[in-house]
Amino acid sequence: MTDALIAITVLWGFVFIYAVMATMDFGAGFWSMIYINREKTKATNIANRYLSPTWEVTNTFIVALVVAVYSLFPTAAYTLGTVLLVPGSMILLLLALRSAFLVFSNIATEYRKPLTYISGITGILIPGLLISVLPITHGEFVDYETGFAQLNLEALFTSPNVYAFIGFGISSTLFLSSVLLADYSKVSHAMDAYQVYLRDARIFGPISLAMAFLIMLTLRGEAPWLYDKMMEDLPLLLFSLFFFLIGGAGLFLPSFFEKGVRGMPRLAMIAVTIQYLVASYVYGKAHLPYIVYPGVTIESAFTDPNSFRAVFVTYIVGFAILFPGFIYFWSLFMHDKRYLRQRKPKEGTQS
Amino acid sequence: MDDLLIARSLFGTTMAFHIIFATIGVGLPLMILTAELLYQKSKDLEYVVMAKRWTKAFAVLLGVGIPTGTIAGTQLSLLWPGFMEVIGRVMPLPFQIEIYAFFIEALFMSIYVYAAERIAPWMRIVSLILVAIGALASAVLITNVHAFQGTPAGFRIEDGNIVDVNPWAAFFNVSFFVTAGHVALSAYVTGAFVVASVAAFKMLRNEYGSRLYKFHQKALMISLVVGGIAALGTALNGHSAAQYLHEYQPEKLAAAEGLFETQSHAPLAIGGFVDRETESVKWGIEIPWALSFLAGNSFDTVVVGLNDFPEEWWPPLFIHTLFNAMVLIGSLLIMIAFAGIVWKKFLKKDRFPKWFLWLLVTSGPLAVAAIEFGWIFACTGRQPWVIYRILSTAQAATTATNLSLLFILFIAVYIILAIAVVLVLLYYFKKNTVLDDIRRAEDKNVQLFSSNS
Repeated sequence: MTDALIAITVLWGFVFIYAVMATMDFGAGFWSMIYINREKTKATNIANRYLSPTWEVTNTFIVALVVAVYSLFPTAAYTLGTVLLVPGSMILLLLALRSAFLVFSNIATEYRKPLTYISGITGILIPGLLISVLPITHGEFVDYETGFAQLNLEALFTSPNVYAFIGFGISSTLFLSSVLLADYSKVSHAMDAYQVYLRDARIFGPISLAMAFLIMLTLRGEAPWLYDKMMEDLPLLLFSLFFFLIGGAGLFLPSFFEKGVRGMPRLAMIAVTIQYLVASYVYGKAHLPYIVYPGVTIESAFTDPNSFRAVFVTYIVGFAILFPGFIYFWSLFMHDKRYLRQRKPKEGTQS
Repeated sequence: MDDLLIARSLFGTTMAFHIIFATIGVGLPLMILTAELLYQKSKDLEYVVMAKRWTKAFAVLLGVGIPTGTIAGTQLSLLWPGFMEVIGRVMPLPFQIEIYAFFIEALFMSIYVYAAERIAPWMRIVSLILVAIGALASAVLITNVHAFQGTPAGFRIEDGNIVDVNPWAAFFNVSFFVTAGHVALSAYVTGAFVVASVAAFKMLRNEYGSRLYKFHQKALMISLVVGGIAALGTALNGHSAAQYLHEYQPEKLAAAEGLFETQSHAPLAIGGFVDRETESVKWGIEIPWALSFLAGNSFDTVVVGLNDFPEEWWPPLFIHTLFNAMVLIGSLLIMIAFAGIVWKKFLKKDRFPKWFLWLLVTSGPLAVAAIEFGWIFACTGRQPWVIYRILSTAQAATTATNLSLLFILFIAVYIILAIAVVLVLLYYFKKNTVLDDIRRAEDKNVQLFSSNS
């Protein structure tokens, strides 16, 4: 494996981790808004219980991702920075509103509803914009007429492929987050919320799959180089589809593990994650060696070898230090029954 | 405005807005930690209440500080792709390591707030120390990139290509420690005086001798001690920072002091405005020989004037005023802190005169203003370079045009956030008074930290 290939693998890893965490984060924010008026099901409580401690950590991953791009592939950062000025700025503006109002909604309890609406709506738009970065890297919307790379916004927003990606981003956000929240509410013994999220997952699973097919269909015409290379790995794509079906079984079948309960959300969660992992591997592999087609490749954009070595060492040291922290964090918020099964935050003395 | 100026204004606005939250975000954890430690020592519940209330304020400020920091980090690539291409090649380490500092801060901040009642007291202290370290490390590391811009190291340019890259040499560039030290210490000054402002205001609003008055007085004394020590440290460090300028960026020092002619026994100009036509500082006070002494610890030190540099390399001359304002506020804060401590601890007077409390009320906003002046001085004083004598700001800027709409949108969002954050803070602390929190702290069955979160 060349250094550049190792670097792009690390970057792809970050993209995948962030994609999964962000879909759960933005999705949870959205569901927390949708169910805000149905207090009995506690669906909003569950979403907030997941969201409150995690959003900062999730947000750190997007910074990690941006930093990884410019420290591993500085030349690509140059092109991407130039091309993504407008969509990138839109994402940043929405992200600022979303994060701030998410925090505000937890603090200013009387105004929780309007504040949650702002964070929920801005939040669900972000994954759609974020994923539009992928079709932009396919190159057909980048002009070089002036001698500098420039994004053709008109072509971008008239492309069916871009809309397929946006639809996929948003529906996947709703799908993955409802599977996660179904699992989270089941562990929390909030069965009303569990039913709600199970239903949502059943609805958005097929929609996200349909969107994935739509991406492939439109990709064929718009970026045939990518489509052809993805189809070379058809067995893997079918493997991914297979895990989607296992995920579906986890949502629809009665539980093998517990009597009288419908659905195995933990199984669905794992299967669906594998589904996305395999599919994104196929996409990423087909995308190689281009970062931005056709001008920027991983070799041409790669950083100085000395810098790469130094950065790589910090990755290893950094993760060795952080790993226990992540485990501790997980045990406190994903595993501790005292946190998960609290009736509601004790607010007895609130005036 | 041309595109370069808009790009600079946009990024400058982002930074000016972000640093308010970033600076307080570094300073407050130290105050919270001090209060927690004082509680462990004295078992006085009021310190826990302070820690809780400051933590709430901190959490709200993070709600703006984190996304604006994300904006700043990403805008670097969007607006200055030429700069980030060099940084990515030569100086990726501070950004990279900062990510780990970020993670530590984010993980343990959530643990400190949302798991406060489920973890052991010592673990709470450890979490808080890790939050404080994470916040400090982020500030130090990001400032390191700024230090590198002034004193680049660890690479050479050969025929327009970057060669001989040594990322660790770039990381430990010569002004790293002095610049980062300045930012870290001044953040502690700001965190402390922001608390002092609120405490002094509340003391004015509450009857002398009441429980609330005493509570806020305790908070005020903590902030005067922390703020006083940090302010003194900032001044001492600032002195070495100026000496570094003398050695490594002489035209910046010359512009900061309004010095045109190279000379030994150079005078120090305080106040006034630098006049290009007469090549002098108008309306200022001149202290003979002082600049030479400050720059090199001897009156014989030759200080280089602006006329020794081509005019297109001159920083804007208004930085003299920014520099003065920063130093003036810094000195004032040292005096305020020491006056307060002497009055209370050594003269044993039990109440502060009203005018002194009002002076304290202004200290927080003044500290924030000094941070702003300092950063604008440091960054406009480096112009026309983005990396000193290597890459000009114009070369580094994005080739995209029509930035004005984006500029307006970002300003609009910052205004919305600024108004919202103030309203949310006012709302929360009005709704949850000090007395409410004291009652919660005394009642063992109620969770103080997770209440209302």
